[in-house]
Amino acid sequence: MHGTVTMDVDSTQQRMASFLRDHEDKVLARWVELVLANGASRASTDEVRRELGEIFTVVVRAMSGSDESAIGELRASLAELSRSRARAGATPTETASSIFALKDATYEAMAGVPELLPEFLTFSRMIDDLGLHTFEIFASAREEIIASQTESMLELSTPVVRLWDGIIAVPLVGTLDSARTQLVMEKMLDALVTLGADHAVIDITGVATVDTEVAQHLLKTVMAARLLGAECTISGIRPQIAHTIVSLGIEFGDIATKASLADALAYALSRSGLKVGPA
Amino acid sequence: MERVPILKIGGTLFVSIQIDLQDASVLQLQEDLAEELAKTGAHGVIIDITAVEIVDSFIGRMLAMIGSISRLFDAETVLVGMRPAVAITLTELGLSLKGVRTALNAEKGLRLLEARNG
Repeated sequence: MHGTVTMDVDSTQQRMASFLRDHEDKVLARWVELVLANGASRASTDEVRRELGEIFTVVVRAMSGSDESAIGELRASLAELSRSRARAGATPTETASSIFALKDATYEAMAGVPELLPEFLTFSRMIDDLGLHTFEIFASAREEIIASQTESMLELSTPVVRLWDGIIAVPLVGTLDSARTQLVMEKMLDALVTLGADHAVIDITGVATVDTEVAQHLLKTVMAARLLGAECTISGIRPQIAHTIVSLGIEFGDIATKASLADALAYALSRSGLKVGPA
Repeated sequence: MERVPILKIGGTLFVSIQIDLQDASVLQLQEDLAEELAKTGAHGVIIDITAVEIVDSFIGRMLAMIGSISRLFDAETVLVGMRPAVAITLTELGLSLKGVRTALNAEKGLRLLEARNG
């Protein structure tokens, strides 16, 4: 049949492409069936058929070698598929196996033509490559999602609230690291300037742990506020944290510290020459 | 080199820095201010740095030095209108500007001086 014909990859691929083109309906239908069965896609049957149909067409075009841009196009549409799956919350295995399912579908269609086996091997290798490609895209899409979530969490977790005329509070919740403290510092200083506030209360009731690094960050924030001409009070130091601070030998120097936000507000009011009394 | 003007308002010298600070102009300001303090016997200096966007360690140190010089003439220095970015830079440089008072704006700075000088 093949005789001494060299195993030229190009012609092998072309033969496979023409086989796929001839059996398009059968292979595509089976592929859609397999993908729906493994539950990788949350989309409707029509949606999946359209999606896979597009990929199928590009795969055939890429293999027939007539179109230089087809490979790039194929990678792009697979990337798109991966990303939408990642966003929909599918697992990477589900996504990759929906690509691998094309091999199964093709293999079944080839049951009657054993002489195409070498072609199938080449085809199989190509699909493996594509599957790995989707895997990679999937992982990077997830990373992107995580990064954007982290960023929005940073934004959300640092509110600056106005307590009184000229007094602002920064309630800190969670873990303080360098990036977060930097953001807190910037937001607080901006608020001091825009609101014309000359007193800020940093409330650390919600901060889980205070170590030397966190304390260093807090001190820097207070120093920067002082340079602007504003006074800072640190409030909400819990008993365990007070213990840690003392054991670590951290000195807050002349920075006022208060047990609760209420105490800090009372202190700030008295510094501003105001007094709250019974009505 | 651009010179920073020094205005006398009552017993206070008012300096508003509206230029990009060069090392030379800061040194010149330091000299001018000392002369002016000696001449007028002012008891307060307000330095407005609202327009200053960039500082380095030298300028930070010079500002602190202006504070120390003024003190020798029994005058208090108040630095007003510092931008958050500038404050962060100075803290990162480890300069806390001891000997210089700070206030959010010129009005608050004036009030600080009034409170001190009675």
